This record gives sequence, C-alpha cells and structure tokens, in this order.
Amino acid sequence: MTPDVAGLAAYASFFLSIALINALVCLGLNLQWGQTGLFNVGIAGFVAIGAYVSALLTTPASAAHWGGLALPIAAGWIGAMAAAGALSAFVGAVTLRLRADYLAITTFGVAVSVQLVALNAQSLTGGAFGIGFIPRPFESLAERPALFGLANLAIIVALVGVVYVGLERLARSPWGRVLRALREDERAARSLGKNPTRYRLQAFALGGALMGLGGAAHAHLIGFIAPENYQSSLTFQIWAMLIVGGSGNNRGAIAGAVLISALWSASGLAIGALFAPEDQARAAALRIVAIGVLLAATIVARPRGLFGERATVSRHLDKAVESAGTAE
Amino acid sequence: MTPQFLADGLIAGAMIGLGAIGVTLNYSILRFANFAHGEFISFGAYATLLIAAAIGAAFAGSAEAIGPFSFGWGIAAAGLGAMTLTGALALALDFLLFARLRQKGAAITTVMASFGASMALRALLEFAFTSRPVYFSRDLQIAMPIGFGMRVTADQIALLALTALLLAGVQALLTRTQAGRAMRAVAENPTLARVAGVDVDGVIRAVWLIGGALACASGIMLGLIVQIRPFMGFDLLLPLFAAAILGGIGSVPGAIAGALIVGVGEAAAVQIVGAEWRAAVAFLLLIGVLLVKPTGLFGRAD
Repeated sequence: MTPDVAGLAAYASFFLSIALINALVCLGLNLQWGQTGLFNVGIAGFVAIGAYVSALLTTPASAAHWGGLALPIAAGWIGAMAAAGALSAFVGAVTLRLRADYLAITTFGVAVSVQLVALNAQSLTGGAFGIGFIPRPFESLAERPALFGLANLAIIVALVGVVYVGLERLARSPWGRVLRALREDERAARSLGKNPTRYRLQAFALGGALMGLGGAAHAHLIGFIAPENYQSSLTFQIWAMLIVGGSGNNRGAIAGAVLISALWSASGLAIGALFAPEDQARAAALRIVAIGVLLAATIVARPRGLFGERATVSRHLDKAVESAGTAE
Repeated sequence: MTPQFLADGLIAGAMIGLGAIGVTLNYSILRFANFAHGEFISFGAYATLLIAAAIGAAFAGSAEAIGPFSFGWGIAAAGLGAMTLTGALALALDFLLFARLRQKGAAITTVMASFGASMALRALLEFAFTSRPVYFSRDLQIAMPIGFGMRVTADQIALLALTALLLAGVQALLTRTQAGRAMRAVAENPTLARVAGVDVDGVIRAVWLIGGALACASGIMLGLIVQIRPFMGFDLLLPLFAAAILGGIGSVPGAIAGALIVGVGEAAAVQIVGAEWRAAVAFLLLIGVLLVKPTGLFGRAD
C-alpha cells in the first residue's frame, strides 16, 4: 500500500495556509496590542470587512449581492486593507483620546454591527447565504489538489513573510520605539514631544488593515464566505494565539497562530471521530471552554507566553557599542 | 408608529438597566469593563430554571400561576436563590481570576481575562443546556390595554415594579448607608480609602454580589418575557455597555437613564426599520455619546 502522498500534501498545505492566515491577523493584533497596548475585541469584524470588500471587488457580477466588479485578486487585497484600515482609523479617532476600555467596548460594537450588516443587508452582502464564486489564485490547477494547495500556500507564505519583515523593521524603527515608549510610560513620551493619539491611531489603523488582509486571503483561499465565519469565537482564537505565543513578539504571534490552529483542527477531528453527530455541537462547545481556560491560565501563570517580548533597541546603538569596543 | 414602542422600550430598558448597574459599579470601583457580565445574566436565568424545577419536584403546586401572572411562587423563590448563586459565581470568578490580576496591577489584561471567562462560561452553558431556547412557562399571556393604544401583560407590570424596587434599594444603599459611602470612597481613590480605614476587599465583594444579583434579576426577567438561551446575556452586553457609558460611568441613576434611552431606541427601531436592526441601536448610541459627550449624561470628567 502506498501512502497517499498527494492527499497528504493537499491537506497539510491547506492546514498550513489556514494557520498562516490566522498568523497574518495575529500579527495585526500584535501591532495593536503587543507593541502599542491597544485592546481590540472586535477582530472578527475587521477580518469580515476585509473578506467582504475583497469578495465584492473580485467576484463576477451577480444578482445575489452588490456588484461583483470582477477585479483582479490583488485589487481585492488592497481594497480589503484600505477598508479595514479606514474603519480602524475611524474607531481609533473616536475612542483613542478616551479611557482604554472604551476602545475595547467600541471594537466589540464594531464586530456586532458588522455581523448584523453581513447578515441583514442582503442586497449588499448576500445575507445569510454569503458570497460564493470568489476567485482563487491558480484556479486552473484546481484539478490537481496537491499542486493547487502548495501554490496557494506559497502565496500565503510570501504574504506572511513580507508582513513579518515589514513589521520587524517597523518595530526597530524610531516609529516602533515611540509606540513602545507610549505603551510603557505615556507621560515620559509626551514630555519628549511625541503626540500619543497620532502614533496610536497609525498603529491601530495599520493593524486593522492587516486583519482585513487576513480576511481577504481567507476568502480567496476558500472561495466562499458567510456571516457565521466571523463570530466572537474567531476574535477569541486570535487572542489566544497571541497571548499563548507571546505578545509583543512577531515570531511568537506566528508560532502561537500555528500552535492554536493545530490544536483547534486536532480537537475538531477528535470530536468528529469520538462523538455521535447529534452530540458534536455540544462537544464543540467544550473546546471553546478549553481555549478559554488555556487563555486565562496563560494570562495568570505565564503572561509572557511562549516567546515573550525581546528588548529591541536602535540598530545604531549596536553599531555604536561595536565601534566603541573596537576603539578600545 | 404606535406608542406601543414606549411600553416595550420601558420593559427592555428595565432589563438593560438591571445589568448596566453592575457594569457601571464594576467599572468605577474595580476599574475594568467586565465582558463576562452578560454571562451572569444567562447563568442567573438557568440557575432559576433549575432551582424552580427542584422546588416543583419537592412541593406540588409551586408552579401554579399566582393570580394573573404566568409564574408561581416556585419561580419567585428560585429567583432569590439564583440571585445568591449568581453573586457567588461572580465572587468565585474574582477569586480565581480577577483578584490575581488586580494584584499585578494590569487593568487592561483583566479585560482580556474577562473576555476569556465570558467565552468559557457561555460555552459551558451551551454544553450543559444546548443552544436550544427554553422557557419558564409556555402559557400565553393576554396583554391588557393601559391607554394611549399601549398594551402590557401582567408579568411585565410585576417585573417593572420589582425592577423599580431593586433600583430604589441599590440607590438607597449607595447614598444612605455606611457601605455605600465606602463604595463611593473606593471609586474615588482606592489608596486613600484604604489609608482612611475603608475595607477595600469588603467593598469589592459587595460590588460583585450586587452586580451578580442584579444581573440574575435581569436574566429572570428576560427569561419570563422572552426566552432562555446561552447567548441571551452576551447579546445584551453591547446595550449594557452603551447604557453605562451613556449615563456616565459610576452613576447608578445614569445607568438607568441610559438603559431607558437604549431600550426605547431599540423598540422604536423595531417599529421603524425592522427587528433585525435592533442590535445596531446600542452601537450607534455608543458612538454618538463618545463623539459628543464621552463623560455621559451624569458622569464627571476624570
């Protein structure tokens, strides 16, 4: 008996694609929360905006929802980032000058409202039926699942790679240092002439744009979206990924995303195998309990997560230390 | 548009108000937005249902409806027990989770933890009771006309009266007793209050007990008038926050005023644009108050 290499490759690349899309969203959250200390409880809403905008821009014209502009996928990605970024900027502009919890409450409201629009504005979003026929990259390879999966995985790896390198550079830049300075001691940063609201707004909008990009990438991987994809359990999973991986650390965000996604799929498979179909919905509730307990336990017992934040200083400081060392 | 939306809004506002008091006290005294507050509402409703079933098994006739109401003395007694239990649940959650984070002084992490606790509690309720809605009673109640074209049921009148009683009690506790003075002192400045000899831990326990018991009352009301399901409290969370912020954080009369505005707004939206958009009202009011007057109607700038 030969093992089904092609099937295994197709499954593995699909799983990794999903995990890395979660990592994209988690990197956005890490910029908002890990680097800047901004609390977003409406992640699912921003992901949904990205997915819907990209879907409406790229699907062929349809009577079931607004438009279908049949634009290229890249235009969908850009539109998704712009829409989710703009929504984040609006939320930030309303709440960032207020107490920290107001941002949390407002983002929660965004997620509820986006869900409501996705479900009820049927002429715009297709309502509960969602949107189908979303173009997938390498559609012509769909006959060969392994190759198709690997090609799509390659695109997503490239996306995560670009975003990771960009965020790492940003974190080390003067801009990134201002963000962390604001998070640690706002008064000190303000006394150095930094405008807290402006920097926070930029970080929040950029993080929101990345969440939108994650939503778009997911829509184009699956080819179909519906409102029930974007419920509060998604927000909750992304938070668990960041906290378990190590908030403040981009590698931690990616590792946490892959780890929690793996646990999530494995528990899903186990539930499917162990429980009778009529009990599966109840058993699925238990894995949310498990993730909730894992999250709360990590916050209490190991707040730094698996990786924790590394101290980052200016690269010029390294050079200065080096040259000082050679001068002696 | 008939004036019926005023009656419906008043009843919805009473349910929101009972929950919003806990949110606003929690925020002003413990200094964090508790996302698990909605689950206290759901837990309270299910606890009442279970206790009422136990009483019904022990005492025949406890489920027999009193006068024009749909419930018997069994549910009334169960409600008292469940309010105690919900207060105990809030205390237990504080002991397991929030107290530890309070010691570390990480306020915003506490919000995160409450979000996790909310998710876990809701999933537990879904596991125990499934997501299928249940009811205290299947009997239909006839709504009586009360003038101006408005109609209400006997249950609704009884629950409104009970809410008014509870609210007056809480307001009296906060403004007229030593315990209330201690609570306001901690809200003002916890360190100074401790130095002045106020039992801060006692105040924190009181906040959880009051918040939990009132949330349970809100859950019973929602269960009697609408239905009981694991998401009932979570779906009420945004209106709770909107009411607390609209009224001004820390103000009990403000929370009630905010709740009535949200409730009437929702009922009006149901008539004007349709029931499916009801949940958007709380969000729009929230954004509006944050844009125009972030301190709320009765709040003070901090």
